[in-house]
Amino acid sequence: MTRHYSALSLFKEGLAGQTGWVKAWRSPDPKPRYDAVIIGGGGHGLATAYYLAKNHGVTNVALLEKGWIGGGNTGRNTTVVRSNYFYPESAAIYGLAHSLYKTLSKDLNYNVMFSARGILTLAHSEAAMETAARSVNAIQVNGIDCELFSVEDVRRVVPIYNFSPDARFPVYGGTWQPSGGTARHDAVAWGYARAASRLGVDIIQNCEITDFIIEGGRCRGVVTSRGAIRAERTGMAVAGHSSVLAAKAGFRLPVNSYALQACVSEPVKPIIDTVVISPDTGVYVSQSDKGELVIGGALDRIPSYGQRGNLQVLEGVIAGMLEMFPIFGQLKMMRQWAGIVDVVPDSSPIIGESPLPGLFLNCGWGTGGFKAIPAGGTLLAHLLATGQHHDISRPFDLDRFARGRLIDEAAGSGIAH
Amino acid sequence: MQLFPCPFCGPREESEFHYGGEAGNLRPDGADVTAERWAGYLHMRNNPKGATREVWVHMTCGEFFAMSRDSVNHKVSGSSVLGEAEHGR
Repeated sequence: MTRHYSALSLFKEGLAGQTGWVKAWRSPDPKPRYDAVIIGGGGHGLATAYYLAKNHGVTNVALLEKGWIGGGNTGRNTTVVRSNYFYPESAAIYGLAHSLYKTLSKDLNYNVMFSARGILTLAHSEAAMETAARSVNAIQVNGIDCELFSVEDVRRVVPIYNFSPDARFPVYGGTWQPSGGTARHDAVAWGYARAASRLGVDIIQNCEITDFIIEGGRCRGVVTSRGAIRAERTGMAVAGHSSVLAAKAGFRLPVNSYALQACVSEPVKPIIDTVVISPDTGVYVSQSDKGELVIGGALDRIPSYGQRGNLQVLEGVIAGMLEMFPIFGQLKMMRQWAGIVDVVPDSSPIIGESPLPGLFLNCGWGTGGFKAIPAGGTLLAHLLATGQHHDISRPFDLDRFARGRLIDEAAGSGIAH
Repeated sequence: MQLFPCPFCGPREESEFHYGGEAGNLRPDGADVTAERWAGYLHMRNNPKGATREVWVHMTCGEFFAMSRDSVNHKVSGSSVLGEAEHGR
């Protein structure tokens, strides 16, 4: 039986006809009671399960997923990892995620293909360059690597960009986070699932939450399509469906659900070895290891739970991509899809105990959840294990909306979400 | 491109419209509104999956109106001039 992934085990299995591999994770039937239940088998839920077991020794844990693991936004994003945020609170949370991503393949014994290929955010006017300089200063003060790029720097990193004098959005420079990059999104889900399962977590798919068990004003577990499951602590990491579960638990969240779409081209030879974001076209592009160009844009403008994109927004994204890279004019697009993201007024996550005691939240990541998976998991696991906030998650508690202490990254970093 | 029915102009392309929030989210009156109640008005949302009733603005004519819609399949079941329940005036 081969459990550990390595070049040596691959070689040995080659000699043995690949017959000794075990399934990456177990699929047990749910037990009636656990120490903790996690709702949502995306990256955040799976990471929570893993860190609960690894950091806190809590292994009597069930992870419940209504569909299949990694089938929601974890499988629908554009795989970008970065931590170049404006406010110190954000730098702490995204910086934690980024630092965990760097060693994740080794930690999980699963290749998540994290590639620090650099992230370039362009500036298309003199005013944008001034904002970029301010942003770079703030990010550097936060202890995150970031540089201000001139036009020459941009030309060196992305020579195929549209530098023509009559470009609709001329390049004045940009900001560069050299340690940013991409990771293989499915591998992040599968790697966490495998590692959590090996530590004893029960991963239960096709198990939908129909209600919460509420006794004495506390959440004491969940009712599912596969029976009631009791636990003293329940965590939920369900992104765009957070409001649906919150309604079952009897409270509301400051969340609006929108479709965010992306698309990939046919695979082509290596042509772009970084991630390029143009705030003015609202489009960003990178190239996957398979050679597909991965293209993302802004939110669809209509509140939605329909996991499909709107043609009008896709047209805008393609038009922006062609303005940035006229060389891609003959490229054939291969797939297009959308995920339902949980957009919050200040574009910062919500982590903490919900208004229903015993139920803990990890939501509100909006369009930026993938990059934060290791941090979201670490912080929700800390809450579930101790009942207390981690120092990094405290500013992101739901109470900030009544206290007025928002962490407004929509204004700070100019994120569209 | 989806067509949305403006009660004043008739069916127009969705790009002419802007989402204005959930219908019936009324601004609290009076001087002593609690922080929770105020946060509820400003930030908390029902964000329903399925049937919704929302305020939209048709940007080309500038009129606000109420639209009933399904947030999963995007089917519009009707729109109307804003009533008292939607804007409280």
